[in-house]
Amino acid sequence: MGETGQLKKRKGIHGTLALIAIGVGLYYGLVVAPPDAYQGEVQRIMYLHIPTIVAAYVAFFLVFVGSCLYLWKKEKRDDILAHASAEIGVFLTALVIVEGSIWGKPTWGVWWTWDARLTTTAILLLIFIGYLLLRSLIEDEGRAASAAAVLGIIGALDIPLIHMSVYWWRTLHQPPSIFRPDKAPWENIAWPLLIPLIVNIVAFLILFFYLLSLRYRLGEMREAIKTRRLERGI
Amino acid sequence: MEFLSQTYLLLHKDVRLELRRRESLLTMFFFGTLLLFVFHFSFDLVPEKIAEMAPGLLWLAFLFTGTLGLAQLFQAERENHCLDALLLAPLDRGALFLAKTCFNLLLMVLVELVIMPLFWVLFDWRAWNLLPQLFLVTLLGTVGFCVLGTIMSAITLRARARELLLPLVLFPLMVPVILATIRCMENIVRAGELGDAWPWLRLLLGFDVIFTTLGILIFDWVIES
Repeated sequence: MGETGQLKKRKGIHGTLALIAIGVGLYYGLVVAPPDAYQGEVQRIMYLHIPTIVAAYVAFFLVFVGSCLYLWKKEKRDDILAHASAEIGVFLTALVIVEGSIWGKPTWGVWWTWDARLTTTAILLLIFIGYLLLRSLIEDEGRAASAAAVLGIIGALDIPLIHMSVYWWRTLHQPPSIFRPDKAPWENIAWPLLIPLIVNIVAFLILFFYLLSLRYRLGEMREAIKTRRLERGI
Repeated sequence: MEFLSQTYLLLHKDVRLELRRRESLLTMFFFGTLLLFVFHFSFDLVPEKIAEMAPGLLWLAFLFTGTLGLAQLFQAERENHCLDALLLAPLDRGALFLAKTCFNLLLMVLVELVIMPLFWVLFDWRAWNLLPQLFLVTLLGTVGFCVLGTIMSAITLRARARELLLPLVLFPLMVPVILATIRCMENIVRAGELGDAWPWLRLLLGFDVIFTTLGILIFDWVIES
């Protein structure tokens, strides 16, 4: 009881922290930040859009790390990490596309356009939906984990190539506003806009790691049930 | 040397099996021809428009026939637990990967060698002089397709509904190959030579090299029993 009680308490604290951080982030994005000089109020969606994609990239990076570790050491926990991360990553990527559409309609005049970064993001989503499908369609746990790990690694290595090819193919998306190779982030964006953005990125990362820890714990519990059943011969 | 002779033996086995059964090659060939008919019914392919649409249509036909071949790639191994026997044999798994890739490549190239001239004939496209160049580019694209396709075919080997799953996981990963091949072919059709499309060809070559290497290194984990 003692250990689970402590765990619950930790979860509670982490969850509350995520909730507060998102609340503060929303306050900064919706109230504190001034409206954009050109785009007006609709630009405020950036305070969700960029943090969501940052969290999604972190998720897919963790899938890659978990996959490599699993193939190397064959420890179940690395597989649980990759699986948990992939699920949240798929959710966040889908969310990014929806947010982008809501922003794109008033700004570009269309819900969707075949621009380089939009297309890359959509392909990324398709790859990791395939990853989750693959996991669910292989009955044998160990084999599912190995197959998924291989796909996770290949997917991660393929993404730069996809990005490059789609980028050459067409480019319409405005150049990255914040993370540009030629200038430091604070030179591309005014401080009153940058601070809310940073607050939101931090808030989304806290939320992401909270979701990840919940999903990871779920995976562990499933494992424990399976072991228990095997021991008792059910 | 050992590695190459193992690859050769495995490839030899597959070719001999295929010569006796004639399953994959015939179905792929007829499916490809069928697709050309479907294209004709779906699009109004007059000779003036064919140059514009040829790269996309040809590559679409190869993509679908190739997927058909990949779904059958490990069929012989699935029957009677032959895969277990193959894994028990003192073989390098990389050689198994290379042999399977070469076998699938061989099938697809044979199909392409028939389908491409047929395309020219059926749609009355007079630009026969472009055929060799277009074939070379197609060959590079096919290598990329076979390499990644073999890995994915092995991954989905033990999955339920694997024939449906295979294209779902394979096609998104194939985007660079599809884009690069079609851009190269378009340039050849337009200008008569590769011209501006050199970076695309380099991308295609890079893809082929990266994933062939990765396949040989990683196949041990892909196919473990």
